[in-house]
Amino acid sequence: MSATEFSQTGMSKLDLLLQEATTVESDAYQDARRQMAVCNACRYCEGYCAVFPAMAARREFEKADLTHLANLCHNCKGCFHACQYAPPHAFGINIPATFATVRQESYAEFAWPTGMGKLFDRNGTLLAAATTIFVTLALVLTVALRDPAVLFSAQTGTGAFFRIIPLWLINLLAGGSFGFAVIAMAMGAIRYWRGTGGMGGSFQPQPAVDAAVDVLTLRNLGGGGHGCNDFDDSFAQHRRWLHQAMFFGFMLCFAATSTGAVYHHVFGWHSPHAFLSLPVQFGTWGGVLLCIGTAGLLWVKTVTDPAPVARKLMGGEYALLGLLFLIGSTGLLLLAIRHTSAMGIMLALHFGLVLALFVVLPYSKMVHGIYRGIALLRNAREKRPA
Amino acid sequence: MPDFARLYDVLVVGGGNAALCAAITARRAGASVILCEASPQPMRGGNSRHTRNLRALHPGPTQVLTDSYLEEEYWDDLNRVTGGKTNEDLARMCIRASQHAPDFLASCGVVFQPSLSGTLSLSRTNAFFLGGGKALVNALYREAAKLGIVTLTDTEVQHIQVDDGFASEAIISHCGFPQRIRFKALVAASGGFQANRNWLREYWGDAADNFQIRGTPYAQGTILKDLLAQGVQQVGDPTQFHAVANDARAPMEDGGLAMRLDCVPFSLVVNRDVERFYDEGEDVWPKRYAIWGRLIAQQPGQIALAVTDSKAVMNFLPSVYPPFKADSIAEIAAQAGFDAGKLEKVVADFNAAVRPGTFTPMVPDDCRTEGLVPPKSHWARRIDTPPYYAYPLRPGITFTFLSVKVNEQARVLMADGKPSANMFASGEIMSGNILGQGYLAGFGMTLGTVFGRLAGEGAARHVRN
Repeated sequence: MSATEFSQTGMSKLDLLLQEATTVESDAYQDARRQMAVCNACRYCEGYCAVFPAMAARREFEKADLTHLANLCHNCKGCFHACQYAPPHAFGINIPATFATVRQESYAEFAWPTGMGKLFDRNGTLLAAATTIFVTLALVLTVALRDPAVLFSAQTGTGAFFRIIPLWLINLLAGGSFGFAVIAMAMGAIRYWRGTGGMGGSFQPQPAVDAAVDVLTLRNLGGGGHGCNDFDDSFAQHRRWLHQAMFFGFMLCFAATSTGAVYHHVFGWHSPHAFLSLPVQFGTWGGVLLCIGTAGLLWVKTVTDPAPVARKLMGGEYALLGLLFLIGSTGLLLLAIRHTSAMGIMLALHFGLVLALFVVLPYSKMVHGIYRGIALLRNAREKRPA
Repeated sequence: MPDFARLYDVLVVGGGNAALCAAITARRAGASVILCEASPQPMRGGNSRHTRNLRALHPGPTQVLTDSYLEEEYWDDLNRVTGGKTNEDLARMCIRASQHAPDFLASCGVVFQPSLSGTLSLSRTNAFFLGGGKALVNALYREAAKLGIVTLTDTEVQHIQVDDGFASEAIISHCGFPQRIRFKALVAASGGFQANRNWLREYWGDAADNFQIRGTPYAQGTILKDLLAQGVQQVGDPTQFHAVANDARAPMEDGGLAMRLDCVPFSLVVNRDVERFYDEGEDVWPKRYAIWGRLIAQQPGQIALAVTDSKAVMNFLPSVYPPFKADSIAEIAAQAGFDAGKLEKVVADFNAAVRPGTFTPMVPDDCRTEGLVPPKSHWARRIDTPPYYAYPLRPGITFTFLSVKVNEQARVLMADGKPSANMFASGEIMSGNILGQGYLAGFGMTLGTVFGRLAGEGAARHVRN
């Protein structure tokens, strides 16, 4: 054997080892595959949600299949409480907890830029730290840079908010971080779509409509009609309605910001706007819904049966719900006290919280909406073959 | 801690569907009820935890059942599977009452599923529980709690004091501590004795060691034996049971439904000596799955091997454990530990006997063998398209039929034929009254619901009088 041949063999062995190291699947994926083999021979849960009919259409579970099924799962826990093989049975079937872990691993895998997925490991700490840093930064900078006479006196009339934080700075920080988040999540979406099997065929409008209906109604949190196991083996629709409140609350807040921007840049109408103006109405009701939804979901999370819950992920989930609640509540407080001298500090607080959310957005549970949406679209396409 | 000093109106022994239907009915009729389930809380529900549907008479389409299923057809089906070994009066009463079983269960919070896909398509005759039997059991326990029934888990009833056909007191083990429960009426709904391997050995010898117990390991038959020893009349053949072809690699207990293999009608099945022993394609699988456990139990070593090829693998539900898979029959035999030469010959003989036909997987077709003993009457196709697949089979015992005798009010009969003053029975512990042999899919839950309600009514009425 020549030296060249030897080194080539050596290289290829190293390559093989490297390849193996990068393709070996996590425990969660391997366990998900084992559990799917049991579920696919049982199929008692086929009436619960989209996951089980999608499972029944498969015989082999490649990694992409498991990622797809895990992201299709809405974590309603119906299958756990109905499972004849749930712990302490030797098979230990626990789809909600296992799929939640697989989902989290898929968020990390498809995060953009590559490597940022590590941020999902200690997500609660990350979110809490980002919140602390950006709130502190906003408060310190406002106090340091603004004339205390302005900051601690009642500001009224056109441009009141921008005397506390200049508009250009809001646009730069919020626009910049949100813009990056949108790009990062779009890249994640593309990588996820490719990673779970790609498009395979032309665009069909009907599956997209089906998926949109599933997203907007949260049909899969209906448990086949009578609701989910929000707390224990009894059925309720609390999570579904609380999530709806949170989702539409968030969307209304987003609409408030968008209409505010249109008022400012298109019509030249500057904030603060009247209480009955569109931006304030959207923001108020959005804030109320956001607070109700997030507080309610925090309550459900606290009192629910812990058995089907992936405990490792709870930090990030609590932190995100907490952050959204704080954003909603400080927004409402800002409205309530906007004519008083406390407005300046409250605005800085609210702005710091929003900034923290925008910065962590692509590395938080917020991405579940993107991947769930794609999973529902893929599922709708499978159900309606072109 | 429950109040063991109290005199309860009704003691229900067991914690599955038959027990809960009795407890709920008695409580709704005003009786105070205590229910003792031997298993710990997560495994409660006996075999009901593993069930999926019940067979119900219906004169027209309902929300959960298609078309109609009338008394004569139901009776014909039952009469055929039992080979006439049944009690027609009791069976017809049960069939008629089955019409109301889904509504009763729905009134207890059980949710039914609109229709079903998959291999065992029974949506005309059987109503399916959404989520399966454990979801049903959960709903019944929630209803029991709402009604104020005392339900104890980890509580084994070990002995019932019976004097002259009158039961008065139970000796129990509650979380490992001995206790007594006093009551006015008893409902025995504690299942068969299938998980009691020593008892099975009395009839089956060493073969019993190779039986897989599909359901709850708590079905020890303690109260069945106790009552039969105290002058209660016995009915049913102690060697008869509901048993299916299970995956030989399944756990010996509590493997549940997912361990059963549906490949038989689309395979060729040989025993340990590599000989075929029964017509694999005799009838559609829902009408034959329940005889294959017994067929395998009667083979040497209680083991069999189902062999098929890549044409057939999508015709039945996948197995939990991966099948043996190889490109030649000899390799398949080697993997499964069967004689390769013999298996090649059996497959070759079979292939030579296959007549041409049109394969239709869900209904009996004209694909059959000619000149083969035993024949394969339907779905016989040459096994010639690699890769070949094989599944090892063992008997999976669901429940035994040896029973206490009951009358049409679910009242227990004594050896002298007189009805007991205050003892009632429902579910598998009285299944042998109707099932002399054989089984009809979903009938166990029908039996439990119908006789559970009767037992609960009878017990409550006895207490009131």
